[in-house]
Amino acid sequence: MIATAWLVAGKDLRIEWRSRVLAWQVVPFGVMALVLSGLALGPTRAGHSSAAPGLFYLVVLLVTLLAINRSQAIERTPGTRASVATLGLDPAGVFLGKTIALAVELWVIGAVLLAGTVLFLHTALAGSLTAVPSLVLTLGALAAAGTLYGALTGEGAGPATLLPVLALPAFAPLLIAGERAFSAALAGGSPWEWWVITLVALVAYLAIGVLLYGVLEES
Amino acid sequence: MTAKFVAELEDAVVIAGGFPLLAGVTMRLEPGTLTVVVGANGAGKTSLLRLLAGLDQLTSGTGVVAGVDLARGDRRLLRRRVGWLGHEGSFYDDLSVEENLHFAARALSRPIADVAPALERVGLAQRASAPARRLSAGQRRRLALAWLLVRRPEIWLLDEPYASLDDAARDLLDDLLVDVVGAGATVVASAHDPLRSEQPRVTLTLAGGRVVATS
Amino acid sequence: MKQLAQRLLGPVTLVSMALTVWLGLVVTPPDKVQGDLARLVYVHPAVAWVALYLSFGTATIASVLYLWPRTRSVVADRVAHSAMEVSLVFIALTLITGSIWGRPTWGVWWAWDARLTSTAILGLLAVGYLALRRANDDPTLRAKRSAVFAVLSAINVPIIHFSVLWWKTLHQGATVFTANRSLLIHGIMAWTLLLSFVAFSLAYAWLVRARYRLEVARERLDNEAITEAIAARVLEGRS
Repeated sequence: MIATAWLVAGKDLRIEWRSRVLAWQVVPFGVMALVLSGLALGPTRAGHSSAAPGLFYLVVLLVTLLAINRSQAIERTPGTRASVATLGLDPAGVFLGKTIALAVELWVIGAVLLAGTVLFLHTALAGSLTAVPSLVLTLGALAAAGTLYGALTGEGAGPATLLPVLALPAFAPLLIAGERAFSAALAGGSPWEWWVITLVALVAYLAIGVLLYGVLEES
Repeated sequence: MTAKFVAELEDAVVIAGGFPLLAGVTMRLEPGTLTVVVGANGAGKTSLLRLLAGLDQLTSGTGVVAGVDLARGDRRLLRRRVGWLGHEGSFYDDLSVEENLHFAARALSRPIADVAPALERVGLAQRASAPARRLSAGQRRRLALAWLLVRRPEIWLLDEPYASLDDAARDLLDDLLVDVVGAGATVVASAHDPLRSEQPRVTLTLAGGRVVATS
Repeated sequence: MKQLAQRLLGPVTLVSMALTVWLGLVVTPPDKVQGDLARLVYVHPAVAWVALYLSFGTATIASVLYLWPRTRSVVADRVAHSAMEVSLVFIALTLITGSIWGRPTWGVWWAWDARLTSTAILGLLAVGYLALRRANDDPTLRAKRSAVFAVLSAINVPIIHFSVLWWKTLHQGATVFTANRSLLIHGIMAWTLLLSFVAFSLAYAWLVRARYRLEVARERLDNEAITEAIAARVLEGRS
């Protein structure tokens, strides 16, 4: 399982390194979404709104949806499906590998977006840096959940439109926990409740993924 | 069912999207034989190969391939044991020719050292670092052949193996088939046109998703 | 015995429902503070019980049974599907009755009340489940994927609940919309309340059974179509 996980994670990251789809398509989208958030707040509130952490996480969720779709798309070309299936990879390993790769990608994108939030929405630099540990954990949970929900929407009618319907309700607690932790970090506190929510979600998604990814793959 | 056969299908039906791709196939494969599956477009040739490879699910009927029960067994174990030559050729188009084979070799614990000679043999050594997406249809076929060389499976399932291959590659494939059948592997190939190789073979004629003649 | 119970389910549901309506609207007294509005206590809690526990619970258990290889059967898949569909109806009713009840106390149709918000998210999970089913044609594929989604959703329910609850209560403005909905329940009111739970649970069972039978009928048609398609395919091979 672990060997397969590293093999798959390495492959996914290598493909991203070669194709740069996330770098050239998803990151600019995220930055633009942050700029739009500032515009939507209006000229008087754009630079100093307490809504900044929430808007940051909203943008993170949108970007995550795109990253999940990309992570699944590389497995879905008809040729890839048949030929990779004949390798009989351990599904739990594939799940972990794709989760690791997606988490690494989201961490990089998250760092760019956090910098963008400091720049455009004027969140305090020190406070934003204090929010980094909770951001890392939240993005990890999003990666695990995203890999599962991405696999659920495979080869159906319009997976790109189905994914948000399935995933966003489940992402809601992570948005809440992330936003609250970020806001608390800006205010100089760190309530434990948000760590519990995110950790429980992360562990639950990892466990379900390891147990049930095979059910999704064999279909 | 006996272990005498590599594959045994009894009234196998495969349904996809409400359409019976296979409508009751009964057939057996003996080890160390070459079987050619012929039939018109849509007769079910590719579907039969996919079923034998464990890629598609059996809807009804029974089937055992390489000791794996197609209805109840773990088809993943079966897929690890068959070699598949389809139209796709590569695993991931964004990876290079060499990276594709390295990935597959690691997945099935094959020696990485076998990759370079295999690429040499199919004439892709010069293109080893090219992205798979830049390969022509014929080169993709050669890449798939190179993988089968590294893989050396016990069951070879070849879907229209001669399509888009030039004469040199066809000769290579012919030699390869003589070689592996002689070594005891079981080969099933679908073809519109009869195989060029002069080897003894069983011919299954498919029509309407069933075997209508065996010779 | 089983047949008799099935035959009686419809009439018994109707009678208990009619009795609940009569007791709830005519016999029981209005509340001192909330007046006639308090009569929602004979609808809203029972509907919410069916929506959040009975039907979602049934769908979850059926999905787990489907995923467990030894208990995997098309029956479990049908039960899960039927229960989830009925669940969506009851979640909608829960939200509507809750909204009607909350309007006079909150002053708005929608308040960021923790239970209201998590119920709404749960409703969207049920929508997602049904959307996922529609997107997959292959019966086995559909059954597996929707079962995994149902299990994921069930695990999400407490996570969503606590996140929204803490989101609400750990915030300073939490007291603004806190509704005082405590009612003094005794005598005939308590019996009516109990009856409402029985009546809505029976209505749920009746709806799930009807939905299940519809699914069986639909599958029979599908199977007939497949048998015809196989016969046509065989003929195609002979010509």
